[in-house]
Amino acid sequence: MKQPIQLLFALLAATGMVTGCDKESSENTTVHAPAVSTTPNPVTPTTNVAPPGGANKEGTGAVIRTTFTPPPESEIPKNEFGETVLLGKNLFVNTQQYAKGYVGNGLNCANCHLDNGRKADSAPLWAAYGLYPAYRKKTGQVDTIGSRIQGCFKYSMNGKAPALDSKEMTALVTYHYWLAKGAPTGVKLPGQGFVTVPKPAQQPDIARGSEVYKNNCALCHGANGEGTQANGQYVFPPLWGKDSFNWGAGMHRVDTAAGFIKANMPYGRGGMLNDQQAWDVALFMNSHERPKDPRAKGSMAQTRDEFHDENCLYGRTPEELIALMDSKEKAKADSKAKPDSSVVPTPGKTSGLTQGLSPATSH
Amino acid sequence: MQLITNLTFTLLATATISVAAAPPPIVTQGKGAAIACASCHGMEGAGNSQGGYPALAQLPQAYFTKQIADFKSGTRANTVMSPIAKALAPEDAEAAAAYYTSLPRPVSPSAPADAAMVARGENLAVNGAWDKGLPACFKCHAPGGTGVAPSFPPLAGQHVGYTVSQLQAWKTGTRTNDPLQLMKTVAEKLSDDDMRAVAAYIATLGAQEKTK
Repeated sequence: MKQPIQLLFALLAATGMVTGCDKESSENTTVHAPAVSTTPNPVTPTTNVAPPGGANKEGTGAVIRTTFTPPPESEIPKNEFGETVLLGKNLFVNTQQYAKGYVGNGLNCANCHLDNGRKADSAPLWAAYGLYPAYRKKTGQVDTIGSRIQGCFKYSMNGKAPALDSKEMTALVTYHYWLAKGAPTGVKLPGQGFVTVPKPAQQPDIARGSEVYKNNCALCHGANGEGTQANGQYVFPPLWGKDSFNWGAGMHRVDTAAGFIKANMPYGRGGMLNDQQAWDVALFMNSHERPKDPRAKGSMAQTRDEFHDENCLYGRTPEELIALMDSKEKAKADSKAKPDSSVVPTPGKTSGLTQGLSPATSH
Repeated sequence: MQLITNLTFTLLATATISVAAAPPPIVTQGKGAAIACASCHGMEGAGNSQGGYPALAQLPQAYFTKQIADFKSGTRANTVMSPIAKALAPEDAEAAAAYYTSLPRPVSPSAPADAAMVARGENLAVNGAWDKGLPACFKCHAPGGTGVAPSFPPLAGQHVGYTVSQLQAWKTGTRTNDPLQLMKTVAEKLSDDDMRAVAAYIATLGAQEKTK
């Protein structure tokens, strides 16, 4: 059974080279990246949103993965611009050292954006760069790539954001820009963000997730999610507790975490866990305590209602989360069943994703 | 000048060893069929490049004793080491592990001078080749290849021949004691040249003091 599926993917990929590629993206990417390669998705296909302009044809039922290839590190120019790219890379990879005053936990950017921000399905920077400026429900404003990165510092790094005109921010934005050389703007590239893991057959379960964790994750991340250090530095990041991301980070959402884990964990073995295991272990991971949501005000219920209308365990039990997921799914199915013309999206109530371009899925 | 440097190194090494715990009898004399560890791996845990004996210095204790247990059970096999491990009493394995983990990691004399090959190996060790699904060695073995206790051994200073032989063993399936098949997955993606390059690079590292 496995082989015919692989064959099917290979066939889809091959036909995709002729018919499925987004014209705009292939034209642009050949400027710098001749290595745009169409590959079958090794794990669960990303749910791609059609880019503006209708270049991406729907209705084929197949998800074709055209992966953009960022320039190799050896091509960083040996000049002032290149020095800033390199500083941005260093900030990104060794955030603990290079952005010391801005980080409030034990993480580096590259812990979740693997391969120094290059890896597809690991929120690669080359895919994020061209999606800004964009309106984000989370901030209620149009964010530039800079203010978007500020959000990473506030939540995922549980720290204090560098100013938009700071040396650090300039370097980080420059690194993003350089990695995206030749990528189209305003288009969601395949590999952007994290994969969407279909809801599994059984409701996600913390106890099962705990077993998955023990057998597959504790080796690197420790029995209690505390991460593992060498020479006083985390080599494997802490997944919960005081040195991990806070309750406002995108990774605290169970669906987001499942997508990251499924495609990327353990290193080199992406796709090892099945969908059920990915959901179970994501639920387990995110059922633990972590630094508080910096937006928190009043009661937990108040903060939850204002900021956590999402797939997470902030201020809710696993049972309440599952009920929430079911009701969202039902609402989605209902709205799909109705003809388009009768559905008027309510501003602020519609998920950013359905509006076409909001990339706000990772933090 | 060279002589003075060598002398300084020797003095330093001697000084470090004198601070470390005294070697237990299993290391210096052995017991019956469990011959003295030092006869192949040396008192400094530097191993022997030509004999194919790996450096043991700084191996995490838990990793060390797991390898002995795996030689006994057969998930790791070696014509020289398997019978020794079978003859080794658990308390002696523990004693040897405690001794070798306390030593500084030496540089391998097998490190080649081919700069291009070393550079290629460095790129694989530091950056990996994620487009091929190959994570960087140092993502698990720590920056500089110093290892991450308890499960990820140090790579720095390991002999070229030994590193290549183990990567080949994982690739061909003659060594299967890696957790979650992490090494099998990596080794399968490495070409023979990749293996030689990465082994050459890590052999140039080492001589790092043990850090807690």
